[in-house]
Amino acid sequence: MTARISRWPGIELRAADLLEGKITQTRFRPDAKYAWSAGEAMSRFLEELQNGRFIARTCHKCQRILFPPRMFCEECFRPTDEWTFIHDTGTIETFSVSYLDTDAKRITEPILVGVVSLDGASPKMGMMHYFGEMTKEEIRIGMRVKAEWKPPTERRGSVLDIRYFRPLREGER
Amino acid sequence: MRVGIIGIGMTAFRPSTPEYNWKELMFEAASRAYADAAINPREDVDSFITCAEDYYEGFGIFDEFVPDQLGAALRPTCTVSGDGLQGLANAYMQIQTGLIDVAVVEAHSKASDVVTLDGIIEHALDPIWNKPLGAHPFVVAGLEADAYLRGTRTSPKALAAVVAKNRRNGLRNPLAAYGAAVDADQAMQSEERFAPIRALDISNPADGCVVLVLASDRAAKKLHADPVWIRGIGWASDSPSLETRDWTAATYARIAADMAYRLAKVRRPATDIDFAEVDDRFSYKELQHLESLGLAKKGEAGTRVLRGDYDADGRFPVNVSGGSLGCGNVFEATGLHRAGEVALQLRGDAGVRQLDGVRVGVAQSWRFVPSATGAVAVLGAGP
Ligand SMILES: [Zn+2]
Repeated sequence: MTARISRWPGIELRAADLLEGKITQTRFRPDAKYAWSAGEAMSRFLEELQNGRFIARTCHKCQRILFPPRMFCEECFRPTDEWTFIHDTGTIETFSVSYLDTDAKRITEPILVGVVSLDGASPKMGMMHYFGEMTKEEIRIGMRVKAEWKPPTERRGSVLDIRYFRPLREGER
Repeated sequence: MRVGIIGIGMTAFRPSTPEYNWKELMFEAASRAYADAAINPREDVDSFITCAEDYYEGFGIFDEFVPDQLGAALRPTCTVSGDGLQGLANAYMQIQTGLIDVAVVEAHSKASDVVTLDGIIEHALDPIWNKPLGAHPFVVAGLEADAYLRGTRTSPKALAAVVAKNRRNGLRNPLAAYGAAVDADQAMQSEERFAPIRALDISNPADGCVVLVLASDRAAKKLHADPVWIRGIGWASDSPSLETRDWTAATYARIAADMAYRLAKVRRPATDIDFAEVDDRFSYKELQHLESLGLAKKGEAGTRVLRGDYDADGRFPVNVSGGSLGCGNVFEATGLHRAGEVALQLRGDAGVRQLDGVRVGVAQSWRFVPSATGAVAVLGAGP
């Protein structure tokens, strides 16, 4: 209600009115199913995830190592040249502490998400993922992290074959 | 200011392309178009337009996924949610403003990625008024085909002749997915689907991508290009209501054609135009569109196709490319493919299906069921 209007004209609806069928409704569930071809570059990338490693493509013209891999360089507009493996360690570029889950439900233990620049790829190339084994107080931009992989038998060729990125441990590389 | 097509790039049309994702498909067509125009998209192109419908793609805000594979990263880019010919009209207008010298138009189909294609098309029906009836969306085409055949006294044999002609034409187009030596009897005897439409009257889905490069005459000269000119372009939409349509005529096509002909100064389309590529995603549509475009008198398209007038070596060749019946239904790329085909013919680059001495051609699009939207482009050979 507003300062000038204390009551809206008409009949207020209750949730029960909907359930009791007093309101005309139409229901339709779109039959929308897709099966995307991942393509040449992404297929190889997903396959290598099952092997627990990251693969990239190089562009000989701009000398970049492109990750995730693609068959064309968006800077040079030319086909990329070679496959190359990069590391599963990197640096946090940016992060957010999410207090809502994907259903926009309030959660007490916040989700840490962010973008990791991966070692071996050109600057500002990496992946978005979750962070684990660290608290929201500990996470910071510039933090060194490493992928925590699922066990090989549980990998499905999905970005979820990585559970999260965790802090790089002493002596690890 | 004149606007011309200076680059044409197409992939082959295939029933499915599991080896490529849609980005790689676009990269191939774009690479071909830029090689054809002898340009570098990172330096020579001022604007990129892509034509796509999120529901066909399966994810939202498709615009955002476009730049990399078109050479459009960090450049002016936008999406037209419509058929490729509507994108061509937008590029034409952008160049006419004088702000843009060279523009690229892209349209594609990755129909093989859509598991429930019928479900996606059904979702285009009015949610309150038509959808609760639960009919297959192609029933809309059946209704129109029935009204068209009755209203124009066209024989169902004419539909079979369109099928036979376009499937056969597809055999002479290396890009076509469904070229076949289908004869009219086969088409007449194919399974009934949405009477009077039979199985072979319906084009089959295909994957593919088309990219065209457009330039102002000044830019074309600078790039040493020999353009095919867009002499006129137009587009129109009828009311979406199924209950108020004309059904016999494709009114959207007539209005779009009027606009394109006015710009192109075409007064007698049937004699001023040498050949046509029109939407034939259902066989009756080819005949209905030809009449609505003023390329045949009402009720005559059927007798003319039976007479062979629309054959590749006939008096007025129609869908020499194979059309959608021969090449496959490439959804939003349908109209752009036809514009590209007309341009190839006018350049003399149509290979074994090259027509002799053609100077002016028309490309027409329709946005498929249940839409009543279409566009028309009149293209002319240089100089
Ligand atoms: Zn490069």
